[in-house]
Formats: sequence, structure tokens, C-alpha cells
Amino acid sequence: MSMEVVPGPAGYIPTPPAFEGVELPPPGKALLYGKIVDEETAMREAAKAMLTRRNPTIFPGPLVLWGWNASAMEKAKAVLELAMEIPNCRIIPMPDYRPKYPKIDPEAEINPNHPNLTILHNKIEAAIFVGIHCHYANLSLRMIRAGTNCFTIALCAEMGHEDAMVSLRDQHAEEIRRFRDVLVQVREELGIKWEPKLPPENPSLPPENYETLSVVDYGEYSYLLIPRRGEHITESE
Amino acid sequence: MPEQRVVDADYLLLEAPRERKFITGAQAMAEAVKRANVDIAIAYPITPQSEVMHLVGDLWAQGYLKDYYRAEEEYGAMSAIAGAVRGGARAFSATSGPGLLRGIEAIASWPGHRIPAVLGVLTRVVNAPLSIQPDNVEIAYLLNCGMVVLHAENQQDVFDFTLASFVISEKVDVYIPVAVCTEGFFVTHAKGYVNMTPEDMKLPPRDPYKAPVPPTDCEIPPARIQRDAPVQKSNFMSYLIHAVWQQEVWSSNIRAMKYIYKYLGGPIEVVNPDAEVFVVASGCAAAQGREAVRYAQMEGLNVGLVKVKSIRPFPEKEIREALSKAKAVIVPEHNIVGWLAREVKAVLPNNDRVIGGPRVYGGMTLPVELIMEKVYDAFGIKKQKKVVV
Repeated sequence: MSMEVVPGPAGYIPTPPAFEGVELPPPGKALLYGKIVDEETAMREAAKAMLTRRNPTIFPGPLVLWGWNASAMEKAKAVLELAMEIPNCRIIPMPDYRPKYPKIDPEAEINPNHPNLTILHNKIEAAIFVGIHCHYANLSLRMIRAGTNCFTIALCAEMGHEDAMVSLRDQHAEEIRRFRDVLVQVREELGIKWEPKLPPENPSLPPENYETLSVVDYGEYSYLLIPRRGEHITESE
Repeated sequence: MPEQRVVDADYLLLEAPRERKFITGAQAMAEAVKRANVDIAIAYPITPQSEVMHLVGDLWAQGYLKDYYRAEEEYGAMSAIAGAVRGGARAFSATSGPGLLRGIEAIASWPGHRIPAVLGVLTRVVNAPLSIQPDNVEIAYLLNCGMVVLHAENQQDVFDFTLASFVISEKVDVYIPVAVCTEGFFVTHAKGYVNMTPEDMKLPPRDPYKAPVPPTDCEIPPARIQRDAPVQKSNFMSYLIHAVWQQEVWSSNIRAMKYIYKYLGGPIEVVNPDAEVFVVASGCAAAQGREAVRYAQMEGLNVGLVKVKSIRPFPEKEIREALSKAKAVIVPEHNIVGWLAREVKAVLPNNDRVIGGPRVYGGMTLPVELIMEKVYDAFGIKKQKKVVV
């Protein structure tokens, strides 16, 4: 009997579902609360969570945010189309996995080193993870399950994540649009009225102007930029 | 060098025609590397591993590998492997005994870095007085690194396990290193029949984009953490991230099990499943356990064998099921500490039925008679000892 993966808080040090017999779904299937089910069933449950729980939020990761190939760009569009159909949905990005100095801004971004802070600060009770490298998605999902009551949904481009309440695998632009269609259908069944519109602006940090950056802006790393006394750099890549 | 064509991994491992050769274990490991489309191999020589890496070096000379070099020592070899793999290459190395221990700090960091490398471990004595003789005590040191650890019984296993390891370790839900262990000399320098896939076929190249972590980036953990070691305890990293990181490594290890079923036919092999008394063994000891089962059958004793192919992930459920009705469980080993007996005891109810032994070490062989003595004890048979003067 494998573990039931439900919203937390699961406690101080959560047990990974993989330790308790939860296996990733085969192609064409999905995970719902740690059980293997049809994709449609999982999508409907995920849609219901995003439509009925407080402060639904999408967390896109680098594989969606960075336009590193045509497929990523198309996927980013699909994620935006999905967000538009979810009433009052927000988008909080996970642009990278760096630890942040001196602390994160939980409204501007989510960080895998303490993702629970972003969830708690914004009182998010339903979240979609998409475009995050699997390792970091697993870490974040488990920490969120440990310390929050957030219902997590993973739209994974690979094999899925045991720690999400709903885990859909092999999700690319086409599959995300299918999920959007299912969500719209569930929304209508629930009688929720909503005109598609863009999510609110993310209060991210202002874009950096690299032309005005000085060595001092690099703080403790500035020593890496300043040549040592007597050192002459004659060539560089 | 024959032209090699890329074929699907499942086809190569499960369906491709096989040709029978009579070769050493070292040759079998190198033959697997030849078919694995390896980009780079790095090693530092140590007996009995040297034979394998000499042969792999020869493969490089023939053009099968893109790069090959002898590192400054084992720590350097294992660190360089990590760098090569983080950079997108498919990498192989092999080591033995003290060399493994010298490299183990780097090796132990591989799973946490999500490094899908394959490491041949051709075992030998590590204790003083130093010796090059076969003994597998070093596997005990590998068991808690997080990596997948397979233990090959013979030359055929060495070939099959090594080739499959490249595929298993690169599955996106696994993505941790695999160690293929076998006893030095007994297997590496002895010949056996090996059914091999055609040498003009090779695995598809590694796809580094199918990775659960981004490629080398010194700004993200774990590189960042290692660069700024004291910062781990500062205000920007939570302790929980370290905890779940370790959990993730072991989750990946568990996820490897389904591929061990797919490509190796499962983590254990059971001979005579209805037996009263079982020999549970891995590596070379499994071969001797197989012989003990044959001896026992000739004497009308109902003895079975559980060969453990995968030590990590350890087949807890499978071993419990296979031994649910066993009256006694004999665990012969090629080391003094009895690491396998401990593992078996830890997963069995009523574990006083586990007999930890016989054990041989320091290069001594494991005569079947030693196992049979334990078998007679388990059945309560008293045998008269013959003294030959």
C-alpha cells in the first residue's frame, strides 16, 4: 500500500513518497495523490484545485522562462493561455536556482532553497509548477508539502514528480493547452464566470541596466572583477 | 575499428543478436564500454583495475572514445569525471580497493551532483597488510554514497551490468552514478563465456538536455554551496534544502529499481524457490552458492539460492518474499565484515535464522565445502570430518 500524497503541512522532515512505494506514472498516465490514474482524471482534479482554492499561482521555471528554443517559447505561450483562464491567477517565476543574497523577495519570485516562504507569504493554496528542472521541482514540491497546505500540481516535461498532489508527465505546449481546455470545461461545470485576461503584473525587481553597473554593485564578488595589484591580463576568451 | 551504428537502447539491451565469446571479466567490461558510446574515460592505474582501463585506453586508440587520459591520482580522476559529466559527456572510470577509497570523497559527491557516470569497481583487499588479492570489503564503503551498486557474479554479468548501467544512470528520474562491482582476479583475470551484442552497434549518445539539473553552473547549488562552503549555514540556505536534497538522491536510487527489472531481469535471481534452506549471496560468492545448491541436490537436501544483483537499491521486498518460508539463510561472503549478511538481517523478520558466513578474505577462495558445512548445520546433519594425513 503506497503513501497518499495530500496537501501538507506534512511536518518537520517529510517522507519522500518514493520511499513509501509511490512510483512515477507510465506514459499516458498521471499521478493523483500518489496513485496512478488516467490523465483526464488528474487534469480535472488539478483544474478543480486551481479554480476553487485560494490564490492560485503558476510557478514557471527556466525551461519555460528562458526562450532557449522554439518549443520553450511555444510552451511559455501555452502557460500564459492557461493562466488567463484561471480566475485571479498569478504568475511568480522561478528564474533560476541560485541562493539569493541577502534574502528572497517572496512576491517577486520563488526560490527552490525556501519555496515554502513564497507560498506562506502569499497564502497560496493551489500552485502549478512548470518548466523547472526535475531535481529542483522535487526539492521545492517536498518543502512546500512539509510546511504549507498548498495543493501542488506538476506539469512535467519528463516523467513527473511524486511529491505533487497531481503530477502530469510529458507536458509540452500541446498538452498544456489540453489541460487548459479541461480547466475551462471544469470551470463551466462549477458555474464560475470568468472572461480570459492576463494575470496581474509581477512586482519583480526592476530590470537591471547593465550600462550603469559598476564594480561596487557586485558586492562581495567585486574582488573577482578587479585585477590584483601588479597583475596584467593580456588575453581573455 | 568497425563502423558502429546507433541503435535504440532497448533494442541493444533486450533484443539484439548475441555472439558468444570466451573472454576475461576485464575484457567483458571493456567490450561493454565499446558498445556504450562513451565520450571520455579517465583513470588512475591500480591492480586489478588496470587491465580494464588498459583495454579501454586501447578502445580510445581505435577511435571508440573521444578522450581518454590518466589522471594525477584517483581523487583527480573521480573529480574530472564529475566535470566531464556536468559538461554533457558520457563518462566511464574504474578503480580498485585503496584507489576507490582515495577517490571516494569525490565519488560520494556524484549522486548529490546528479552525475550519471558508470564506475567499474574491480575489488581487492584494502586493509593492511596491503595486498592486491581479491576481497570485496570495499563495497561496504560504497553502500551509503547514494549511488546504484550492482554486483556481478561472472563475466556475463560484468558485460550486461556495465552496458545497462549507462542506460539506467541516464534515465531522467534516476540520473545518479552506477557502480558495477565484481571481484578482482576471480572475474577480471579469469575467462568465461559471454554472450555479447554485436560490436558494430552502440547506444545512442547521451542527451544532456534530459537532465534534472542544468549543465555546469557555478552559481547554483551544489557547485555554489561547495564554493562557498561556510555559507551553507548562513541565512540564505535553509537546512531543509539539504535534507530534501539527500532524500532526492535516495529517491532516485529507489527509482532505479524499475530499470533493474527491465534490463537485468530484476534485482535478485532465485534458484529452487521452494527450498527450506537458502544461500543468499552476491558476486563471486553467488557462483559458489550455485555450486552448493548443486551439491545439496545430489545429497537430497532442499537448498535454494538467492543471488543479489543489486545491492543499492537493496531488494528488501523481494528478499523478504523469497525467504518468507526459509528455515535458515546462509550468507557466504568474500570479506571479513559481512556487509551483505547485515543487509539481509536488516530486512528479514526472525533474523536469527540468518547465518553470517562462511566468510573468506585476503584473497582466499571460497570452497563449496565451507558453504556445505553451514548447510549441514542448518539441517542438523552431523558429518564426520575426514583427516587426510
